[in-house]
Amino acid sequence: MTASLEKQPNLDQWLAITGDGRVVVRSGKVDIGQRISTALAAIAAEELDVSLDRIAMATVETGVSPDEGVTSGSNSMQDSGQAIRLAGATARRYLINKAAAQLDVEPASLEIADGLIRSLDTNRSVTYWELQGDQPFEVPIDPEATVKAPGDYEEVGNPQTARGLADLVTGQPVFVHDMNPPGMLHARVIRPPHYHARLHALDESACERIETSGVRIVRDGSHLAVAGAEEYAVVKAAEQLAAAADWDMRGGLPTADIFDAMKTNERVSLPVADGIPRREPVPDLPDPPADAATTLTARYEKPYHMHGSLGPSAALAQTDGDKIHIWTHSQGIYVLREALAGGLGMAEEDLHIVHVPGAGCYGHNGADDVAVDAALVARALPGTPILLKWTREDEHAWEPYSTCMAMAVQASLDAEGNVVAWSQESYGDTFMMRPRNSPPGEGARRLLPLRYIENGAEDPVPQPAMRYHVGIHRNLDPLYKFPNPRLVKNLVRGLPLRTSALRTLGGFANVYAIECFLDELAEAADIDPVEFRLRNLDDDRAKACVQALADSLFKDSKPDNRGRGIGFAQYTNSKAYSAVGVELEVGDDAAIKLHRAVISVDAGQVVDPDGLIMQSEGGFIQAASWALHEEVKFDRDGVTSRDWDSYPILRFDNIPEIETILIDRPGDPYLGAGEAVSGPAGAAIANAVYDTTGLRLRRMPFTPEALRAAAMS
Amino acid sequence: MAKSKLTVNGTAQEVDCDPATPLLYVLRNTLNLKGAKFGCGLEQCGACAVLVDGEPVLSCVRAVSEFDGQNITTVEGLSENGEPNAVQRAFIAESAAQCGYCTSGLVVATAALLKRNPQPSREDINEALADHLCRCGSHVRVLKAIDRLAAAGGSHDR
Repeated sequence: MTASLEKQPNLDQWLAITGDGRVVVRSGKVDIGQRISTALAAIAAEELDVSLDRIAMATVETGVSPDEGVTSGSNSMQDSGQAIRLAGATARRYLINKAAAQLDVEPASLEIADGLIRSLDTNRSVTYWELQGDQPFEVPIDPEATVKAPGDYEEVGNPQTARGLADLVTGQPVFVHDMNPPGMLHARVIRPPHYHARLHALDESACERIETSGVRIVRDGSHLAVAGAEEYAVVKAAEQLAAAADWDMRGGLPTADIFDAMKTNERVSLPVADGIPRREPVPDLPDPPADAATTLTARYEKPYHMHGSLGPSAALAQTDGDKIHIWTHSQGIYVLREALAGGLGMAEEDLHIVHVPGAGCYGHNGADDVAVDAALVARALPGTPILLKWTREDEHAWEPYSTCMAMAVQASLDAEGNVVAWSQESYGDTFMMRPRNSPPGEGARRLLPLRYIENGAEDPVPQPAMRYHVGIHRNLDPLYKFPNPRLVKNLVRGLPLRTSALRTLGGFANVYAIECFLDELAEAADIDPVEFRLRNLDDDRAKACVQALADSLFKDSKPDNRGRGIGFAQYTNSKAYSAVGVELEVGDDAAIKLHRAVISVDAGQVVDPDGLIMQSEGGFIQAASWALHEEVKFDRDGVTSRDWDSYPILRFDNIPEIETILIDRPGDPYLGAGEAVSGPAGAAIANAVYDTTGLRLRRMPFTPEALRAAAMS
Repeated sequence: MAKSKLTVNGTAQEVDCDPATPLLYVLRNTLNLKGAKFGCGLEQCGACAVLVDGEPVLSCVRAVSEFDGQNITTVEGLSENGEPNAVQRAFIAESAAQCGYCTSGLVVATAALLKRNPQPSREDINEALADHLCRCGSHVRVLKAIDRLAAAGGSHDR
């Protein structure tokens, strides 16, 4: 049974039948463009035998929706999908039995079509809406409920149109940024130059001029904001107030090279076995075994990456007596509530948090922090709805990044090319800084604005994440059958930038390292890279995934000036399998031109095939952008990647043709797939560059400057 | 404060505001047209694109006073009687949006491109979309939507 069902075991927590012919489905997972609501609706329609247009996906809000933690980790199909599947099956059986009693027939004689239950014996019928409209079920979900056989599926696995797509393409107001309740004020925050600066003084005359113009200044310690009815006046006031602020810089950011710092800074080092860190001493790197013919060593590195949501984060907040209502695009409304209640010393019931879509993010961007900014301003202006939006600069400079990482790998091959020793140590800061309030007090530390208010919280001190395949050690454990791999995670202290969860956590960097190093080993063993992977895998689904990719990628010969490379992983060694192949060219200008990508994915039973393909395509494109372009830059005075020129990302002119091969497994459990492609994609690009240039790129991003530097050395 | 006269989605509008106000704020707040989005305020991402006399223009920086007397079409104005037009239908058919925040700008840019050039080459498309960023990675679908429209030739309204 999933955690979602254990926490919310009752059918009424997940499903309701309305009198007007709809099925309301409640999930705690939010749609962030990954089409989870489309897939969940298909599952509910399937198990209940109703048409898709009868399914209403409920708004996700605290106090009403099931608490499913955070929408993250590619868990939504395995958690919410499975819960709704069982809820639908439980409800269907309940309704059949109720109908049988009412119609005085045997349940087995009943059939259902779009919510109409009809007796084959008597031809009498009753609908779900007549039987159950607006009434609670008051029964638990049966974890053993008989679910529909895949052979009988009518919705699941069929092409679906994403819910809400028509509203997006016609510009309807669906985003939190678009909200406009009566009496609303627009608001902006004025951030310090960098994390450690605090407000020293404000120019009083400038403040007076701003307030005379009708814009309110809301200050709490070093937390500065402006609010007013006219948005552009607020934008200008924020600029004026920023100019009027005198900051105590308190030393600035550490400027040591981050890749050096990851070697020399204090760190917490833990051995990892079977995907779980152990509170044990780290074993020394042993000498190569006696049968080792070749031993290779390499260090792979990636810089800080940002989520770079296309729309800066925003939230609407309004007080109502002791309560605060917040509308937010947070991916975890319950954890935000817990952390903010703790941070503000409020009862959780006094915070009502509603999810409203924002710009896509795939991780922990500014969403939670801006909700707190809005709440602070709303508290200072009681009863007034406050729509607070971050600027592009706020989002670029203040979102929590994906940490820089380094992966030190060493492996030995025997004379036959078998891997006889494998060691990997991964280094980085935390990925685990989403809101929460355990231990008590942590809520204030994890919500950025609460560090700047009067008597604000200290910066949080990250502790090593200890669960299976999270944080730095996500996908540190190779799926390959290497003997006694030596695996170590190193949580490095004193790194300069604020970090938290971004799509795949450490998985992207670890798979990049593993899959590039595998190519290095295959070459040393003089074995084809595909063959080398197949030899070292014993999981048939993994092998099938690699083989499907290889069959397509290598079907035709490539032009001479292009290189091909592959990468493979099973996400967290327990979710979707994906292999990625890339065909690219390195131009005379040392720029990488992506021509073709092939992706194979095994995500178990496929529910929404187009949604799965889109997640795969999007995962590839984001990973390609990370690999080719992205690096958060900073100096002593703060982050210098403050717009799209100083933090370039992949554009339309370098989008390859992408072929996605879905390996459907009817009846098998759903395997989360939203993050499966990223790691293999990064490695495939590096391996393809090696294939065409002979340059082994061990540090991202693969810019023309990096390629030229590699060619020189 | 000053008055600017604009025609927006076919309706004449007189807006009374600070003439330096960027067009985007007037569209979103004064006229309550939320289709065009604020993405950067720096003319770097394309989320705020609208059509001005049929040409795509980024609306997040340039002042409303610059557009006096001009014809503005937002993504809402492309719809026909509240129904998606050919470009919007192609975006739906190809699932050319994930979060959808960049989508309005891409729909507008696509409409302008195809009106000018019904059979654009990949280079033409790259040029037309050079200012447009998408962070969810829906690019492939946008390109497919454009291919679909080009294949339909001039038989569809744009």
